[in-house]
Amino acid sequence: MSIEIRNIQKRFGEFTALDNVSLTVESGELLALLGPSGCGKTTLLRIIAGLETPDAGQVLFAGKDATHTHVSERQVGFVFQHYALFRHMTVFDNVAFGLTVRPRSVRPGREEVRERVMRLLKLVQLDWLADAYPAQLSGGQRQRIALARSLAVEPKVLLLDEPFGALDAKVRKDLRRWLRSLHNDMHITSVFVTHDQEEALEVSDRVVVMDHGHIEQVGTPDEIYDRPATPFVTQFLGDVNLFHGRVDQGHFTLGDFAQPLAEAPAAGGQAVAFVRPHDLEISRAAEGALAHGVVEHIHAVGPIVRVEVAAESSGKPLEAVLTRERYRELALMLGDRVYVRPTRVSVFPAGDAQDYVI
Amino acid sequence: MSSANPASLRTTTESRPVRYALTALALAFVVLFLVIPLVSVFWEAFSKGWGLYREALVEPEALSAIRLTLLTALIAVPFNVVFGVAAAWAIARFEFRGKSLLTTLIDLPFSVSPVVAGMMYVLLFGINTPVGAWLDANGFKVIFAVPGIVLATVFVTFPFVARELIPLMQAQGADEEQAALVLGASGWQTFRRVTLPNIKWGLLYGVILTNARAMGEFGAVSVVSGHIRGETNTIPLHVEILYNEYNFVGAFASASILALLALVTLAAKTFVEWRMTRQHAAARTRTAEARAAA
Repeated sequence: MSIEIRNIQKRFGEFTALDNVSLTVESGELLALLGPSGCGKTTLLRIIAGLETPDAGQVLFAGKDATHTHVSERQVGFVFQHYALFRHMTVFDNVAFGLTVRPRSVRPGREEVRERVMRLLKLVQLDWLADAYPAQLSGGQRQRIALARSLAVEPKVLLLDEPFGALDAKVRKDLRRWLRSLHNDMHITSVFVTHDQEEALEVSDRVVVMDHGHIEQVGTPDEIYDRPATPFVTQFLGDVNLFHGRVDQGHFTLGDFAQPLAEAPAAGGQAVAFVRPHDLEISRAAEGALAHGVVEHIHAVGPIVRVEVAAESSGKPLEAVLTRERYRELALMLGDRVYVRPTRVSVFPAGDAQDYVI
Repeated sequence: MSSANPASLRTTTESRPVRYALTALALAFVVLFLVIPLVSVFWEAFSKGWGLYREALVEPEALSAIRLTLLTALIAVPFNVVFGVAAAWAIARFEFRGKSLLTTLIDLPFSVSPVVAGMMYVLLFGINTPVGAWLDANGFKVIFAVPGIVLATVFVTFPFVARELIPLMQAQGADEEQAALVLGASGWQTFRRVTLPNIKWGLLYGVILTNARAMGEFGAVSVVSGHIRGETNTIPLHVEILYNEYNFVGAFASASILALLALVTLAAKTFVEWRMTRQHAAARTRTAEARAAA
């Protein structure tokens, strides 16, 4: 089932959580709402679920207005960040809850409930924990039970609020791969909220990047990463080096250096170029370089080497990531004078590009 | 209700003598201030033998006091359970104008002397006031009658349930209730199957406190009761009257009823908690076995 969000507004007192947000979630896709805390992503998810009411705007499920449909009638599955399992019920009763609260006329019989619950528990590979209480489970197990519980009512839409946020790194990685493969099998329209860009890029079909109640960009993980639409998206998706220069005739110029641009901003003038550390090459030759400076730090971390170069023009450190092979080839030493050459740049007019603090 | 982790009991570094001294001090306090007075109540009640004790309790005025006390508790406790749960729900789950005022008002009965509470009802419903005169003209007496006693009791026991539940519900949060709603449960189903089981220990504790206070309240009830023997005397008032008449056996016999009620409620609470712990332990064992098998 597709979800359409039209011009949603939501304020909490003086704070604007969502400012005229519109978005379409295609049927069967897995969509990530990504952004820093306070960007409005959770509020948007809760409005889709019906746990919050928008001040203005509409929510449509499969083309039908659901803005005023009560949360209990929306037929959505919702997975909470802190699981929200019913602590006084066994795992079995938790998963069965959505079936047993149905009106008598549409409530499945005892045997059918048992069969469906056990099937779901098998699906999340925890059928052996049916008699346990939530307090006896690990975080990862709890979240899988919460997922099974939300799937028991055969929801048309699955909504997940930072589903892996409270888990440790290893479990989080396993669980998100597992969620991805589960989605591949079930194809239920799913929206999940996260502040972890790696999680969003790895798991989802499309990513919605949000900030301050606005949508900054919508796109596939590749689009978002390779062609960020705004300086905010660029900075939020990972470490980045900033070059303050000018755009002139299809070139980004900085002092004596110039970089040809494939997609130059329409207007020339002051501009900022964003370059990711792994898109920055270090070279001993000036050819194609954007800056030069002195090697200040070298950190060898596993298969990669991080090199910090103090740019001569601005004095700011630039970070480049090299393979170990390239590093050996260059035979870099602290204090060496080197040139940096970007292989991929994103250029935005200077006015847009404040330094974001994330 | 998590039971204490045995390992955590051994984490103190105090030396053995210090631990024993502290324990002995606590025990001495308990004996001096709780056990000895309690025993002396029963001691005094039975001092003239079982026959007189029994007689003191089955005489009509004593029976009437017991009946009135039970009736008062029977009305005050359910009323304050309903009010307390509703107030706690409203305060813990919603943001609204005047919320802090409501929270303060709920505590009012604790900060007002019970005698003043009784006086308020006399001033409001007394025969010389417009409201009281009107009610009296319509054949309904509040002051110096059972309704006044019930009102005063409800007032002084007002905060117990709500005070017990508000912090509990705030700590538990609304996530589970929201999860139930998303799963299609109605408001009533959510309350009965999720909220109520989660708050039942706090609620039970609130009920026990409310009941104990409702049966034992003296000050407020004393003001509105009028001390009409066989009609508007509750057990505490009955005890006072007998005591003032130097009828010590009668006074302590009635007092022993109140003491007994206290012991019964304590035992009930302990029993329920013990059952609950056992249930959880059983579930833990089952799970451990399942885990070992898997």
